[in-house]
Amino acid sequence: MEQLIGLITGITFGFLLQKGEVLRFERQIGFMLLQDMTIIKFMFSAVLVGMVGIYALHAGGIIALSLKATQVAAIIIGGLLFGIGWAIAGYCPGTSLGALAEGRIHAFWAILGMLTGAAAYAEVYPVLKGNVLAWGSYGKISLPELLAISPWLIILTFIGIGMVMFAWFEKKGL
Amino acid sequence: MNISVSAPRWNPYIAGALVGILAVLSVLVTTLVLDKPKYLGASTSFVRAAGLLEQTVAPEHVSQNAYFQAKKVKVDWQMLFVVGIFAGALISARLGGSSKFETVPPIWEDRFGSSAVTRALGAFIGGFILIFGARMAGGCPSGHGLSGNMQLSVSSLLALVCFIVGGVVTARIIYRGGSSWNS
Repeated sequence: MEQLIGLITGITFGFLLQKGEVLRFERQIGFMLLQDMTIIKFMFSAVLVGMVGIYALHAGGIIALSLKATQVAAIIIGGLLFGIGWAIAGYCPGTSLGALAEGRIHAFWAILGMLTGAAAYAEVYPVLKGNVLAWGSYGKISLPELLAISPWLIILTFIGIGMVMFAWFEKKGL
Repeated sequence: MNISVSAPRWNPYIAGALVGILAVLSVLVTTLVLDKPKYLGASTSFVRAAGLLEQTVAPEHVSQNAYFQAKKVKVDWQMLFVVGIFAGALISARLGGSSKFETVPPIWEDRFGSSAVTRALGAFIGGFILIFGARMAGGCPSGHGLSGNMQLSVSSLLALVCFIVGGVVTARIIYRGGSSWNS
């Protein structure tokens, strides 16, 4: 059952990624060159809608959050490394498989690189665990906790910022 | 606004908003059915897949590795989710007639030439670096970018900013000079 739900969710996600054209190398790199905001329109729309739904269900006590730990050094170093690799590959882990499916054959090599990189990370993890991963560790914290304000105030602020950004993208034809 | 399955392209705001609904539904359904919330994510599956492949040649090595132990080498919800991305994109591309056979993308070709081998090397090296970074940061644009930010996680906002800074700076350095630059 678990796998079946995962498969159906993945198929729907892949379908929407392809229809939104965000699987394309040109769209990913187009954003990084600040010439094409398609992937940001797509991603921020998802996040803005998602945060309303997640916090509504959470407020109703229906679902639990699953935050990732705030390990400042590892996130900054790892996040920047991700960005470097992302710019070279033109894909991220989720989009690489979808890109291959729509005919971008070179995504295959990115996937192979990711599998190799994942195996390499498993080898160095025991070394990183005691130092980099432990530097600046603040546990699982959310913005409402950090700022001690209502999540809805933050959500409304993000929606406001998002709308201004979207309007600006459309005005500039990005 | 055309959002029929046979349209080659949907408005990115609409497709993105539907992903937002999908992400919320996923958490709701998995909470109700499996009693544990499943937030969308992809990069851990590359670790598990690497572990499964490695297991075929060195099973003891995999079972003794602390990271594989922590992430559990198995075919789980997320692995099928990632497989589903391939299937869903394939269906969408076929229905919309928007498949495109591509060995070297244009922006890459402008800068590095039309060699499929050079592009394959670049894709491999980029893939290697990005997954290493994603695992160190604890997630990729799905797990951190979408799911984490929907939950207003401090870690995910920081991660997304670093993904973008790393990507924008690197793209500027490596693709500058191609004919798409400033076009």
